[in-house]
Amino acid sequence: MDDLLSTGARVSRVSGPLVEVDGLSEVAMSELVALGGLGVPGEVVALRGSVATVQAYEYTGGLAVGEPARALGRPLSARLGPHLLGGVFDGLLRPLLGASTWLTADAGRPAAGTARVQWEPGVAVGAQVSAGTRLGTLPGTGALEHRVLVPPGLTGTVDWVAPAGVRAAAEPLVTVGGEAVRAVEDWPVRRPRPVRARFGASEPLLTGQRVLDAVFPVARGGTVAVPGGFGTGKTMLLQQIAKWCTAEVIVYVGCGERGNEMADVLAELRELTDPATGRRLAERTVIIANTSNMPMMAREASIYSGVTVAEYFRDMGYEVVVIADSTSRWAEALREFASRSGALPAEEGYPAELPSALAAFYERAGRVETLGGDAASVTIIGAVSPAGGDLTEPVTAHTERFVRAVWGLDRDLAYARHYPAVAWSGSFSREAEAVGAWYTRHGDPEWAVRRGRVVGLLAEADRLGALAALVGVNALPGAERVALLAGRLLREGVLQQSALSPHDIHCSAAKTAALVDLVLAVVDECQDLVAQGVTASEVEEVDFSPVLRAAQECPPDESGPVVERQQVMLQRLGMLR
Amino acid sequence: MSPRPRGPALLRVEHHGVVAVHGPLLVLSAVQGTGWDEFAQVRVRTDGTQRGDRHGVVLEVDRDVAVVQVLEGTDGLVPETTGVVFTGSPLRVPVGPGWLGRVCNGRGEPVDGGPPITGTSTAAVAGAPLNPTRRVSPAEPVLTGISVIDALTTLVRGQKLPVFSAAGLPHLELAAQIAAQSTAGGDPFSVVFAGMGLTHADADAVRDVLEERLDAGELVLMLNTADDPVIERILTPRIALTVAEHLAFELGRHVLVVLADMTSYAEALREVSSARGELPGRRAYPGYLYSDLASLYERCGRIEGTPGSVTVVPVLTMPAGDITHPVPDLTGYITEGQVVLSREAHSRGVYPPVDPLGSLSRLMRNGAGAGHTREGHVEVAAQLLAALARARDVAELAELVGTEGLSATDRLYLQLEDHLERDLVHQARTERRTLDETLRRCWQVVGTLPRRELAMLPSDLLDRYGVGP
Repeated sequence: MDDLLSTGARVSRVSGPLVEVDGLSEVAMSELVALGGLGVPGEVVALRGSVATVQAYEYTGGLAVGEPARALGRPLSARLGPHLLGGVFDGLLRPLLGASTWLTADAGRPAAGTARVQWEPGVAVGAQVSAGTRLGTLPGTGALEHRVLVPPGLTGTVDWVAPAGVRAAAEPLVTVGGEAVRAVEDWPVRRPRPVRARFGASEPLLTGQRVLDAVFPVARGGTVAVPGGFGTGKTMLLQQIAKWCTAEVIVYVGCGERGNEMADVLAELRELTDPATGRRLAERTVIIANTSNMPMMAREASIYSGVTVAEYFRDMGYEVVVIADSTSRWAEALREFASRSGALPAEEGYPAELPSALAAFYERAGRVETLGGDAASVTIIGAVSPAGGDLTEPVTAHTERFVRAVWGLDRDLAYARHYPAVAWSGSFSREAEAVGAWYTRHGDPEWAVRRGRVVGLLAEADRLGALAALVGVNALPGAERVALLAGRLLREGVLQQSALSPHDIHCSAAKTAALVDLVLAVVDECQDLVAQGVTASEVEEVDFSPVLRAAQECPPDESGPVVERQQVMLQRLGMLR
Repeated sequence: MSPRPRGPALLRVEHHGVVAVHGPLLVLSAVQGTGWDEFAQVRVRTDGTQRGDRHGVVLEVDRDVAVVQVLEGTDGLVPETTGVVFTGSPLRVPVGPGWLGRVCNGRGEPVDGGPPITGTSTAAVAGAPLNPTRRVSPAEPVLTGISVIDALTTLVRGQKLPVFSAAGLPHLELAAQIAAQSTAGGDPFSVVFAGMGLTHADADAVRDVLEERLDAGELVLMLNTADDPVIERILTPRIALTVAEHLAFELGRHVLVVLADMTSYAEALREVSSARGELPGRRAYPGYLYSDLASLYERCGRIEGTPGSVTVVPVLTMPAGDITHPVPDLTGYITEGQVVLSREAHSRGVYPPVDPLGSLSRLMRNGAGAGHTREGHVEVAAQLLAALARARDVAELAELVGTEGLSATDRLYLQLEDHLERDLVHQARTERRTLDETLRRCWQVVGTLPRRELAMLPSDLLDRYGVGP
């Protein structure tokens, strides 16, 4: 208490999460401040004379003018370490597993990263090391090898190495030029972790969802926005990606979303097995849960905490995906605070820095060469929840400018129970060309051709569908009726995917390619039949269920059974000749 | 913050420095040591005599100035003779089984002529966020006795499922019926019904329907009528949820909280925001409307290791029937589905006029089917909805070509829609259907179609429920 009083700083204004403190000497912008007797954490966001404006990260009810405050001498930081994988954290990266049932400001929180670790040194005394050099590993901490690196900014000679064995997390493992390196490390969340170089992205990140992998691909190190109104299946889609995408580490940020959903994600990840490692999916996942009833400003921090954790694992050389659901709630927290602090509003009350804040966040994704010389990546997939489903609102509109791909979810598709409701007309991927070239280099030169045909057929079917609604389908020539049929086969046989069917819940690249080829071969045959004089009605009467049911009836990791169906279907059509 | 002891209430200072009054807000100067969100008593005097207390909440403290929002409004308030006493902590209410069977106003004061409500303990009305890792996914149904909800949009214990309605539709009747009839199998069940901005006629009607359950000590009724102070509505749902959380998580009961009408609540919020000169968001609602609504709706759920649950059914009228209006839109982003009432069904005389296609219970998959309701429930519901979607398409086609131009199968779909509305959805306002009866009707309606049209139903289920060839 003495230490609190000694600084003489006092709270002078409280309005929800906005707190002004008078008398903090030499406090820096973005420095952490402890407010009141309970030490509610907050961050300095403005300084004017002796008054610091602080954004508080907990409920400030009862906080009064005149209560003490003190600066903590460090910016908002995340504790990074081997405790992250498999854990669940709040927006400030404080552990939630083991915390009290009700998260009040005065409830104690378990400290992060205090567990003991197994240490396996990989460096000798006298070695010359620099930031990113691997010093050793911590075996047995999750599905991945946890690597201990020289932290950014440190270079020198190893002058001491702790012998192998069990160590406390905060104990020095190695000293480099007199500086201790530990299993845990604190990093200011708003500062990107440095890398040696950035590359263009081209290797696809497979999501296990056909409409994405075949039509709107994302590359490792890319950025994606997923805009969708409520009820369009946004969270469901993101959860599927979290479960099945080909990443080594997933950071799932539930930012201002539902508590029951977070409980669901947790339960499922603990049950499901990672096909790549055979371990529980939870062990490759870090969950940051700041649900909509948790303090709003911690929501703002949770996005940065999430991407900092991702960069930490990237620096070890891993392929990391950050899933942020939803970035709109983060933007709302920005708006809320801007409004309380009296900033001039730009569009719809959002502060003028919204576009640059969004751009800076997505810029933390990328395919890089780490300081240690590994190739690794951070991919960011951010959900956007447009108010009233209006895609021209500021968060959606600005996000679309800064991302490499947009997977737009469509209410009409969702209403017709077409899931995932990714609209082919409103979505795009600027990676498609680079990914196509990558497939060509890696043995599938047909990928880009296939994608081109799918996109073309869907657009043609949409155009003809609108026409048929006016003039009736019978008025269309045979070739156009087959084009309509092609649209239906693509939609129902390829793009739709059932999250309830064990065979269809995810889909390998090989099966996706085989399914597209199946539909394309069938469509080509139908066009040929019509050209030969078979009537369109006769073609439409054919039972196409082997095509439509292939996705649900063939196993997810094989293409063989799908290829067999192609033979069956072509024979069946051949009988019309 | 936990309350700081300040000595007995009598010794608390009464502040007299009211420097401004505008809208529901009171600005005081020369205030010391008052905390944000603290609860206050506002003493109003006329001609030197005390005219009773009003109540307020501190919205901002800035140096020695405090802004207080007065729940009962500032009508007739004279700055010179008004005193404010701060209670030293955010509002806490007594909680306990003493609430059951009581009728209160929007601030939780009894209006049934009974004694003040005492509790076994007190709890802060703001609540505290529930640690998401301690939540358990909702998995058991609340049975409402209303076929269309139980069958097609099953309400699950711990869920938040709003009713979206429009002016002139019987959403209050439906809400009251849900409150009167719902049960959780044989487990202890209670209802907290919070009415906000109801007309006296509506409030009386609700009270009539709930009388029996009130007398049985299973229900708490809180009523803020349209002529009651607007600002007190901000407190009404918070008190209701605080009482419910205690009944559920301390006393192990399954609690259903009905909040009607949330549009009136949001309007009170907007009024305060506008009086404070805050930047208006969409339709002038404050930018924090989402977070504010979430701080209410998210108080539903189940907790690991405790038997009870809180289920929330907010009822809201969409102004001009617009589902993109901020209140239904933000509600939809937070809640787990919605029950949508339709003007068309209402005009056809259907009660409850629920549109099954526009409605959805996201948690139904977890809370219905074998082990929860009956086997085959989820499948028959999915098949009915798919058939209904097809029936709507057919009906559109029939508008163009006439019923005669339809195929025989298509005509069966039209029959199905009719049959569904008449025999499954429609029921009396006092009728409580058992789950068996509801599902029997589902299988009967689905049997309107021949088996070849029922691709979503496995044949063993069709055999068991006697659906014809």
